[in-house]
Amino acid sequence: MGAAARAFEHRVARLGGGAFLFFSAIFFLLPLYVMIVTSLKPMDEIRGGHLLSLPLAPGLAAWREAWSEACTGVACEGIGGGFLNSVRIAVPSTLIAVALGALNGYALSFWRSRWTGWVFGVLLAGAFIPLQVMIYPLVRLTANLGLFGTLPGIVLVHVIFSMPVMTLLFRNYYRSLPRELFLAARIDGGGFLGIFLHLALPMSLPMIAVASILQVTGVWNDYLLGLVFAGRENLPMTVQLNNVINTTTGVRLYNVHMAATLLTSLVPLAVYFLSGRWFVRGIATGAVKG
Amino acid sequence: MSVAGLRLRGLTVRHGASEVLHGVDLEVEEGEFLVLLGPSGCGKSTLLHAIAGLVEVAAGSVEIGGEAMTGADPADRNIGMVFQSYALYPTMTVERNLSFGLRVRGMARAEVAQRVSRVARMLQLEDLLRRRPAELSGGQRQRVAIGRALARDARVFLLDEPLSNLDAQLRAELRRELKLLHARLGATMVYVTHDQAEAMTLATRIVILDRGRIQQVGEPGEVYARPANRFVAGFLGSPGMSLVAGRLEGADGMPVFAGERIRVPLAGYSFASAMPAAGAELELGLRPEHVTLDAQAPTRARVVLVEPLGSHQVVWVESGADRLCAVAEAGARWRPGEETGLRIDAGAVSLFARGDGRRL
Repeated sequence: MGAAARAFEHRVARLGGGAFLFFSAIFFLLPLYVMIVTSLKPMDEIRGGHLLSLPLAPGLAAWREAWSEACTGVACEGIGGGFLNSVRIAVPSTLIAVALGALNGYALSFWRSRWTGWVFGVLLAGAFIPLQVMIYPLVRLTANLGLFGTLPGIVLVHVIFSMPVMTLLFRNYYRSLPRELFLAARIDGGGFLGIFLHLALPMSLPMIAVASILQVTGVWNDYLLGLVFAGRENLPMTVQLNNVINTTTGVRLYNVHMAATLLTSLVPLAVYFLSGRWFVRGIATGAVKG
Repeated sequence: MSVAGLRLRGLTVRHGASEVLHGVDLEVEEGEFLVLLGPSGCGKSTLLHAIAGLVEVAAGSVEIGGEAMTGADPADRNIGMVFQSYALYPTMTVERNLSFGLRVRGMARAEVAQRVSRVARMLQLEDLLRRRPAELSGGQRQRVAIGRALARDARVFLLDEPLSNLDAQLRAELRRELKLLHARLGATMVYVTHDQAEAMTLATRIVILDRGRIQQVGEPGEVYARPANRFVAGFLGSPGMSLVAGRLEGADGMPVFAGERIRVPLAGYSFASAMPAAGAELELGLRPEHVTLDAQAPTRARVVLVEPLGSHQVVWVESGADRLCAVAEAGARWRPGEETGLRIDAGAVSLFARGDGRRL
């Protein structure tokens, strides 16, 4: 086969690859496009026009309505309140879970005792038990603690369910660090907390970023636990979104529903975009040997 | 008698069921540069970690500066350790690396600053205090690692193969820097390595370890010239001693080593203990520099391999069933297959028992 023929074949292959990527992108972006376009149209235009056509006079009326007027069951106050609830649930659930996960991972990787293997095995098993199995026992537990249907209650439940994964993440990360660092800190006189706060935690910035992304998006996207444990006053955005969409009185306000859905998914999207940069920076500064 | 910098008695360490160190006894004088030398897996790093308190000791005792420290926490032993990777804290500046051990002990801020500046001056780190470890050269990192121990006024410095992941040129340079530093500080240092050039050049005394036991302790020249057993003879020197099997002949007045072809008069040899009886099975140890090739010599040999090294060349020869190596001048033209003779410096040989390999 000649060089020219080979070059031609390469070009065809590259073209084919490009085409595949292009169509995959369209396939995944099309629903998002429909949602954005629909949320910017008034109802008349939605009924009359085509699903894919651009809005004639784009407006944010549906977004406003979704935020502050849409009916979630009986009350018609929009999902803005749910947004605040979700923030109030996600922030402490993330801070506490990441802090505890880091502490657990640190203890399991550097302060090994003969129980370490057991503790780790139990945690690992915990990561694979389906969440639904534990809901009823947890309802009893939080009820006995007087936390059922309260903000601390739902935060506690989120923290409990995140422990296996958070611990695993940090344990594996600390395992990958040179053990000599830890030994040097021991000889320098560092204790359990001293080494954790001064050495381990500052070194785990990339892992803190990863764990925070996972936990924020996980808690934000949660529906089941919020529905069961949060209580009437603290229902997260996802539960309210479901209520908005399933309210059956009157016409289906597609534009409001699309806007509410987009509003609900804004936070996870923002987290991904903002933390990606931190992620890379954290890894780049983690070098031990030059 | 001066206070020993470090004293080990019957130190035994087990990893699970297997014993890694079998009752090590060792004393290190104040200000000494002691090198633990041995092949990989001989237990030298384990020994260092046992001194530091980083591994559990199954039996025996550790004394540092005259105080019993066998079960003490690493933090309370007043030791400094320099690791193979230097283990500088990557997120901290040089200044905070130096002060970490003081800060976690809750020392007053003024005293911390004063100690850090003293150490920085001593090690010429003053211009580097704001840098992070990733921005330092190998030599600078080594000085920071030593500075961490200095800042805490450590009584004993433990160094775990600190030069082994550097390239050859930098290694030789840092070796010299380390020797000068030790001369200047006069600190007690215990240094682990598998590199005999480092051991020979740095040590005031060398400890040779093999399979969890001390084989020999002595000054570098002594260990090199009078190895305590066959293992030390083969391990030290590059290449190591050539060993020739034979027996002792002509008892009393004129003992002679008699091998297959090689005969060496032993009249000048000082036996480590009583001279064995005639007919005893021996092994003769020969350093390459004590074997010379001379076409006129009566002990016949054939050249097998020539290794030119610039300043000299190492020539491997076969004499009957014995294979040994000799040192020849750089200019000499030896070719494989060539017939020649051997001349042996009878005053510099070593004798080992053929059974247990101990020096006779």
